Amino acid sequence: MSTATHAEHGDHGHHPTGLLRWLTTTNHKDIGTMYLVFSLVMFFVGGAMALVIRAELFQPGLQFVDPAFFNQMTTMHALIMIFGAVMPAFVGLANWMVPLQVGAPDMALPRLNNWSFWILPFAFTLLLLTLFLPGGAPASGWTIYPPLVLQTGNAFPFLIFAIHLMGLSSIMGAINIIVTIMNMRAPGMGLLKMPLFVWTWLITAYLLILVMPVLAGAVTMLLTDKYFGTSFFAAGGGGDPVMFQHIFWFFGHPEVYIMILPAFGIISEIIPTFARKPLFGYSAMVYATASIAFLSFIVWAHHMFTVGMPLAGQLFFMFTTMLIAVPTGVKVFNWVATMWRGAMTFETPMLFALAFVFLFTIGGFSGLMLAIVPADLQYHDSYFVVAHFHYVLVPGAIFAIMAGVYYWLPKWTGHMYNEKMGKLHFWLTAISVNVTFFPMHFVGLAGMPRRIPDYATQFADFNAMATVGAFVFGFSQLLFAWNIYRCAKGGEKATAGVWEGSHGLEWTVPSPAPLHTFDTPPVIK
Amino acid sequence: MSRTTTRWIGRVAAGAGLGLAVQASAWADWGLNMPRGVTEISNEVYSLHMLIFGICVAIAVVVFGAMIWSIIHHRKSRGVEPAKFSHSTKVEIVWTVIPIVILVAMAVPAADTLIRMEDTRNSDITVKITGYQWMWEYEYLEEDVRFFSRLSEASNRARQLRSGIDVRQVDNYLLDVDRPLVVPVGAKVRLLLTSNDVIHSWWVPDFGGKKDAIPGFINEFWFQAEEVGTYRGQCAELCGRDHGFMPVVVEVVSADQYSAWLAGQSPDAGVAAAR
Repeated sequence: MSTATHAEHGDHGHHPTGLLRWLTTTNHKDIGTMYLVFSLVMFFVGGAMALVIRAELFQPGLQFVDPAFFNQMTTMHALIMIFGAVMPAFVGLANWMVPLQVGAPDMALPRLNNWSFWILPFAFTLLLLTLFLPGGAPASGWTIYPPLVLQTGNAFPFLIFAIHLMGLSSIMGAINIIVTIMNMRAPGMGLLKMPLFVWTWLITAYLLILVMPVLAGAVTMLLTDKYFGTSFFAAGGGGDPVMFQHIFWFFGHPEVYIMILPAFGIISEIIPTFARKPLFGYSAMVYATASIAFLSFIVWAHHMFTVGMPLAGQLFFMFTTMLIAVPTGVKVFNWVATMWRGAMTFETPMLFALAFVFLFTIGGFSGLMLAIVPADLQYHDSYFVVAHFHYVLVPGAIFAIMAGVYYWLPKWTGHMYNEKMGKLHFWLTAISVNVTFFPMHFVGLAGMPRRIPDYATQFADFNAMATVGAFVFGFSQLLFAWNIYRCAKGGEKATAGVWEGSHGLEWTVPSPAPLHTFDTPPVIK
Repeated sequence: MSRTTTRWIGRVAAGAGLGLAVQASAWADWGLNMPRGVTEISNEVYSLHMLIFGICVAIAVVVFGAMIWSIIHHRKSRGVEPAKFSHSTKVEIVWTVIPIVILVAMAVPAADTLIRMEDTRNSDITVKITGYQWMWEYEYLEEDVRFFSRLSEASNRARQLRSGIDVRQVDNYLLDVDRPLVVPVGAKVRLLLTSNDVIHSWWVPDFGGKKDAIPGFINEFWFQAEEVGTYRGQCAELCGRDHGFMPVVVEVVSADQYSAWLAGQSPDAGVAAAR
């Protein structure tokens, strides 16, 4: 296999340096790095907000913040974690790894790539600025349901414009990924030879293109309802507040899979590497991903079982939602079968990947329970739901991102990260994430609603426990940032292959991967 | 599938999973689990919940068991050689079909309960509930009785930011109101829910569920409480600053007490008092 690669490129000899380099770069590796750093910063900003929430909930009674500010924190925490931390992290990983994994020299549309990243800092500056406006930040929950969201003060147009910008960025990123994968694969790499991370991102990118415009439409209608006298969602003017929820969740449910499908891809790369055994059921994995993506478009109303749908509607959405368990189960079974009779070692990426399989599955189980409409009428909008989606997002999406970062970091920096610190980070994170989120199942079942700043005294013990877990979790992440920083600065030199069981094109280029790789495409046999 | 069968499968599944069938009922007292509640529907919902939970636990034992076995035995440090297999159509068909069968087994009792939950016919009394930021209004449609129901004064004082009041000393902190909804035991109470401003959601866990109160819509919900008592819940849909402070309290009383209570309500007394 040829790996035509050079560190410097004759006709690109005069790179700007310093800030200008990062502002003007069209290189997929630079842009990938910027996405990842941005998402890490947002992870800490959103995490700080989570700690404000948990501090207030440590004890019953209001100790620290006004309920209105509490609602701002829950809203901003969600918006920042979803749109600022998880999604950009996956786009950053795609930027770095998709060209390397398909043997392409760069992304297909490099200038668009630069633009789709640089929109994000502006979007989040706008969003975070709302904290300093009179009336404060948006406080309607990230689901921005009318009529409540229309009571937002000066923050409202900032919120809508920020969402538009995030949507633009996502759509452009998705277009770029699709074009790259469809057109720039190395000769001989058929679709069914692509690594699973590439496959899951291809499908995710289609989901993004299909649903981000739907969100844009919904928030634009909110904007005109508030400022231009329309009544799309105002019952008083012949509109329909429930219609917003249908539109929102038609975006929102695929969005949930946008945040988990690339995670499936990362885990499907890591487990075979450390089990030293090929992925079990490759084509089943691809078809399962595609089925999950398809089903995501016909299950949206399971977020709305309490709004008063016709019986037939409730039955339809219950059955389709339950069906998702089948392809998701196939994925979990395939990961276990990949481990089965392998020869496993447990470096930090593998530890995070294994914790992902355990804990994401727990989130899947609670998801299945939530699909059962009669039971959902109890679970809905309780802390049980909070536990559910944090299990699929934190030890789900975020553990996969961390696994991916540890896995590919030596390829990016040319150095090994500190394995001891990585393992310490893993164990602190994996234990505290359960101390934080598992008790939420109990208080939710016992009747504690979500999004409340204060609670009845019988919920006190489990809330105190969750708060302790949240603080340990939050501060443990400093180890993660420190480890990445140290690894970028120096450390034991990494080989091209890095891991004993590594497989795939990205491991054929040197570590660190030079700025330009695969100028001549490799040939896949 | 009859309810007894459902409950029985739930017990067996939970028992097979963790041997927790006994503790499962004890959890309710610890505030760890969903309450069984005091209506036939809420008991069915509880059984469904335990059935699905039991099935999930059983699946978890199999899947996590295989993983843990593999993590212990198939590790490089034991000097094992990795196998080479990468697919098996037979196995893959089996683990696609078995989940489908389990799902159908879950869907049948769930649909059965849901269909009965949606049947609001033959109610004995009808109460219209209107959500406000941040209180509830109850209107007995056949009786010309209307009043507002708000967070109790004691809870309201204690819940102010840095109030200095120990909330543990407040009776039913955040779950107490000035005027509860009063209904007779054993009567099928039909609720018509709407809202005056933003979306709220009326939830009493002991009655087996919740329903949104949406401006411009009238939603239906019903319950038939089988035991006299006071049942407490909260608004479940984020409705602004004081979302956490608009509890629901329902007093279920005997038919005689209910008649006496009704007789004591002058028309619109509550509304007048509220204004």
